[in-house]
Amino acid sequence: MIKSLNDMNPEESGRVCEIKGGQGLINRLNSLGIRTGKKITKVSSMLLHGPVTIQIDRTKVAIGFGMAGKIFVEVDKQP
Amino acid sequence: MIKILLMGNPNVGKSVIFSRLTGVRVVSSNYPGTTVSYTSGFMKIDNRLVEIIDVPGTYTLEPTCEAERIASEMLKTGDIVINIVDATNLERNLYLTLQLMEMKIPMIVALNMWDDTKHRGISINLEKLREILGIPVIPTSGLTGQGIKDLVTDISKAVSPPSPVRSRDERWSSVGSITDQVQQISHRHHRWFERLEDASVKPKTGIVIAAAVLACSFMVIRFIGEFLINYLFDPIFNFLWLPALMKLSTFMGKSGLLHDVIVGKLFDGEIHFIESFGLLSSGLYVPFAMVLPYIISFYFILGLLEDTGYLPRLAVLLDTAMHKVGLHGFAIIPSLLGFGCNVPAVMATRVLESKRERFIAATLISIAVPCASAQAMIFGLVGKYGGQYVAIVYATLLLVWIILGILLNRMLKGFSPELLIEIPPYRIPPWGTVMQKLWGRTRGFLIEAVPIILAAVLVINILFVFGIFDYIAAFTAPVIKGVLGLPEESVTAIIIGLLRKDAALGMLALSAMTAKQMVIGSVVLTMFFPCIATVIVLFRELGLKDFLKSAGIMLLSSMTAGGILNVIL
Repeated sequence: MIKSLNDMNPEESGRVCEIKGGQGLINRLNSLGIRTGKKITKVSSMLLHGPVTIQIDRTKVAIGFGMAGKIFVEVDKQP
Repeated sequence: MIKILLMGNPNVGKSVIFSRLTGVRVVSSNYPGTTVSYTSGFMKIDNRLVEIIDVPGTYTLEPTCEAERIASEMLKTGDIVINIVDATNLERNLYLTLQLMEMKIPMIVALNMWDDTKHRGISINLEKLREILGIPVIPTSGLTGQGIKDLVTDISKAVSPPSPVRSRDERWSSVGSITDQVQQISHRHHRWFERLEDASVKPKTGIVIAAAVLACSFMVIRFIGEFLINYLFDPIFNFLWLPALMKLSTFMGKSGLLHDVIVGKLFDGEIHFIESFGLLSSGLYVPFAMVLPYIISFYFILGLLEDTGYLPRLAVLLDTAMHKVGLHGFAIIPSLLGFGCNVPAVMATRVLESKRERFIAATLISIAVPCASAQAMIFGLVGKYGGQYVAIVYATLLLVWIILGILLNRMLKGFSPELLIEIPPYRIPPWGTVMQKLWGRTRGFLIEAVPIILAAVLVINILFVFGIFDYIAAFTAPVIKGVLGLPEESVTAIIIGLLRKDAALGMLALSAMTAKQMVIGSVVLTMFFPCIATVIVLFRELGLKDFLKSAGIMLLSSMTAGGILNVIL
């Protein structure tokens, strides 16, 4: 099932399948290791449209709510 | 002279390696973006002096913020690059490595945090990596010093192998194929440490942890500060310095111009360390016995928070709230630095992406974040009237920070960019670095602040003698007395506040003040204008136009806040 990062539940994981954003956004996300095909696990999201924290390889990255909504993940593992 | 650049992703330990190579102590912390400007130092290689430059961390050579822009600019000036790579994050780090190789500049790779790879279940085939990249790769550990010697001997082997210029996607696919070939990650169980890492970015547990961390920090800062004052600095001044100073006073005849400048005015034949206002009384007591203890305790706790890696988590928690004032969560880190000193705090705003954000953050810091010097004086002077008055000062500043932030966010064009940061793993702070950093910052205070405080005391005394303050006081009385309800001579304190906050607040204590006046005076002094050092940095960071804007906001908001307090208290 394809979900945006915001719609994923904590501890769900899957592979990034699409980033719906401009070159600038894709650039910044790529430089932190977030790009299509990468396996990621959602750690948490803050209340009131706060940032989403994900685990990618051995790093954790916090992503603002708006950006997180543009990152789509093919979820393959429910907690 | 040959220039060697240390380059790499943020938070991979460049500054620690820089210190190891050059012996120059620089501030390092466990969060991305500690180094926002470059630092340079020198070392000898084969008896030749070379310059080593610690470049701000960057993920890519296509810059996304001011600190990264500085980094890519600097690349043009270097002869050799030492690319510091975080061995525990090979894939992401190699992207920059490939980009640097395309720039055709001789380089070697330091595979840092090598000691961390084992317990993280990562194994890297060094030979293979060297072979693929075609440049020397040296495993290092900045913290233990492992591999630093090899790094130095291998600098001369830096090469620039032929490397095709690739597109972004091509680069990532090369990175992917390299990591597949050289790296193996074995599965291992969650350590309790990592559970704690996750708990601090989950909403419920995160808020509890943040509240506990902040409350503890505040209490420990006060405890250490007061302990140092009561059991170390006050006894030294009262039992050792005071008798010596009294002898000097008697020797100088207990009065007269020179006596008053050097020793200070006597009250009932006694020296009063705050009110006497001589170079050797207040001029030393204020920086050493009132401010220094809090500088030590604040920076000790801040250093611990920085090195554990907790601060970025606080940024995540506060992100939603910070957006209301036009900033994102990461701006909390420069703001917290401001509670120590506004100068590094304003510099640290460079990690923020947009000009708008930097303007808001820098303005809010200079207006509503009292530095350790100001706070020490607020506790010392306002605290005498009772803790509730200190609370009023802090509550007012917090309120100003919020209201002003909301206003600036509404009025300035543009929007606040979103948070996007790497959250570093927790690390147990190495005592050596914590203490080194504390010493560096304390030394900074002593070297920069003490001479200015002494100069301020001297200037005040001279201006008093010539009656210049009376003239200014008469001139500004309508505002000072009418709007703020302060005694007209307190304008002198406000003027001195342009130099330093501690000396200025000390001056405020000279005139007989009610609790209300002391509260208003402290608030106005804190907000009105930052000290001279901050003004200079602010001007440099914002440019003339924005600096003037910021200064206007300071003037307007301090008078408004002071005026309102005068009416409602």
